[in-house]
Amino acid sequence: MTRYFVTSILVCLLAASPVSYAVDTTQMPTPELQKRYLGLTHELRCMQCQNEAIADSPVSLAADLRRQVAEMLNAGKSDDDVRNYMVARYGNFILFRPPVSAKTIWVWATPGILLLIGAAVAVRITKQRAALVDQDNEPVEEDIRSS
Amino acid sequence: MNRFLIPLGAFVLLAIVLAVGLKHSPEKGIIASPLIGKPAPAFTTTLLNDTNAKFDSGQFKGRWTLFNVWGTWCFECRNEHQALLDIAKRKEVRVVGLDWKDEDPTATQWLQDLGNPFDVIATDHDGRIAVDWGVYGAPETFLINPQGVIVHKYVGALTMEAWEREFLPRINAKS
Repeated sequence: MTRYFVTSILVCLLAASPVSYAVDTTQMPTPELQKRYLGLTHELRCMQCQNEAIADSPVSLAADLRRQVAEMLNAGKSDDDVRNYMVARYGNFILFRPPVSAKTIWVWATPGILLLIGAAVAVRITKQRAALVDQDNEPVEEDIRSS
Repeated sequence: MNRFLIPLGAFVLLAIVLAVGLKHSPEKGIIASPLIGKPAPAFTTTLLNDTNAKFDSGQFKGRWTLFNVWGTWCFECRNEHQALLDIAKRKEVRVVGLDWKDEDPTATQWLQDLGNPFDVIATDHDGRIAVDWGVYGAPETFLINPQGVIVHKYVGALTMEAWEREFLPRINAKS
């Protein structure tokens, strides 16, 4: 009786494991294809819900796009073929990671530029403070304000 | 003076970035289609309620066509239906429908209840044509010129204002 009880609890726990909630249960014929399939479905945006990847979205359009990815991979297409196919129809917006182009370069450049500005400011403040150390013991803020 | 210039500059820069972001925000539902200016993606499919008759995308050629993607499960399609009926009545274009991921009997009932604006209704039961056309949410409407090239795409429920503002000028300019 106890054993039966424990088993049934285990079965319930198993049934409730995340696997049973997976939106996408597609199995590709080989592990290599499965890996590429999972990679692509996680980097393509579900155009209907927009902040979800097609791998995670339960809407039917996402299922159609996953089917398209699976079919193209099974037909021997490369990952880039799949990306290009999607971009040709839905635009760059379908890629969570937009390609570097003249139009999108600022997306990639801005963090670097901001980092450089931050570094320049940090260097300037450090230098100013370093220059002050020998001369007086007043709080640094006072000196900056009066300079 | 100088000490205010840098924060002010930073603020202006940030404001520009945010303004551009807001302006291009897909929240408005308008995601520019890369298919504009390209030939209509090819397909052949059966007609609504007639699995023997076919519609081929080659039939887009020869006259201006409004290609409307709809489904009975689509709430906004009900809202745009009257506009479609009105546009069809004006006979300025041929109206071709694509019944997207729908059941033929349900679609037939819907057209009986609301009226049928379509000259031809192609079906896309499994959603493959819609994917090939970059459709992401019904209703979507494409304007196709007599050469079979997509000239314009409208996302959301059509209105007569939209018809006169976005469609008619394009037809009159190029025909």
